[in-house]
Amino acid sequence: MALIVVDVMPKAEILDPQGKAVTRALARLGHEAVGDVRVGKRFELRVDGEVTDALLAQVREVADEVLANTVIEDVVGVSAVDEAQAAR
Amino acid sequence: MRVGVVTFPGTLDDRDAQRAVRLAGHEPVALWHGEHDLQGVDALVLPGGFSYGDYLRCGAIASLSPIMTEVVDAANRGMPVLGICNGFQMLAEARLLPGGLVRNETGLFVRRDQRLRVERTTTAWTNRFESGQEIVIPLKNGEGRFVATPEEVARLEGEGLVAFRYLGENPNGSIDDIAGLSNAAGNVVGLMPHPEHAVELGFGPTTTRMKAGLDGLEIFKSALEAVAA
Repeated sequence: MALIVVDVMPKAEILDPQGKAVTRALARLGHEAVGDVRVGKRFELRVDGEVTDALLAQVREVADEVLANTVIEDVVGVSAVDEAQAAR
Repeated sequence: MRVGVVTFPGTLDDRDAQRAVRLAGHEPVALWHGEHDLQGVDALVLPGGFSYGDYLRCGAIASLSPIMTEVVDAANRGMPVLGICNGFQMLAEARLLPGGLVRNETGLFVRRDQRLRVERTTTAWTNRFESGQEIVIPLKNGEGRFVATPEEVARLEGEGLVAFRYLGENPNGSIDDIAGLSNAAGNVVGLMPHPEHAVELGFGPTTTRMKAGLDGLEIFKSALEAVAA
C-alpha cells in the first residue's frame, strides 16, 4: 500500500471567510505575528501497489476533475508519501 | 407537461418543488439520483438542500450522480432545466453554468425574503416576467456567493446571461449582485433563492404588494410555455 497526498487550496483571489475567521481568532489569542490564514484541504489516497508515473498522472486528473473545482480552487500538490512515513 | 424533480441523498426541497410544479399546472415526476432514467419528462428541476451533506464542495458529489449523465445530455439537447440553490451549485459543478458558488462573504447562513430583479426574460424559466421586473423570493443558504474570473464575468454580462440580480443589500458578496444565471440557449437556469417557497398565498414572502408571495409560481409556469412554444 502506498499513499498519495493531494493538497487543494481556494484560489488566491477568492476571499476565504473560514481563513478570515481563524485569523481573527488567532489575533484575539495574542498571536499578532500571524497576519493571514487560508484554509485548504488535504486528501490522502491509499493505493494498491507501486506509485508509478501513470498512476500519479491518473491521480492528477482525478484531482483536477473531482477533488478540486478548478473554477474556485487550485490543486497545489500531488505527491507520493512512502509507507513508513505514512504509518507515522 | 411532466416536470421531473430529482431527489439526491440530502435533498430537502424536492417535495416543495413537486408541489410548486403541481400548483403551476404541471405533473411532477419524482426522479432518483441513482438511476439513468428521466422517465420521458419534458423539463427538469434540481431542487435545493444539502446533497451529500455538502461534502467535498456543495453539489459536487451530486453532480457526479448516475442520473446527471442524462440531465447533462437533456440540457445540451435543449430541455428546460432549473437548478435551485443546491441545484444551482450542481449545475455549476457539472459545468452547465459558468463560475462557482462559495461560502458567503460574511461566513453566515442567510435567510430572508430577497428582492430580485429579473434581468433576462428570454429563458425557459423567466419568460412570464417583464425585463427589469422586481420580485420577492425567499433566500436561504450559507454558500451562495457567485464567483468567476473577471473575463468570465465580462463574457456572461456581455452576453446577457445573468437571469436574476439581488436588489438592496447583497446577501452574500456575489460578484455583480448575481443571484441567478442562464446558459446561452436559455433552457438552463440556476438561482440561489427558492421560487418553490413562493407559490401559495399565505405561505410565501409577505409584502405590501397585491398578489405578493406568488412570484415563484411564474417561474414554474414559464417552463410550460417554453415547451409548448
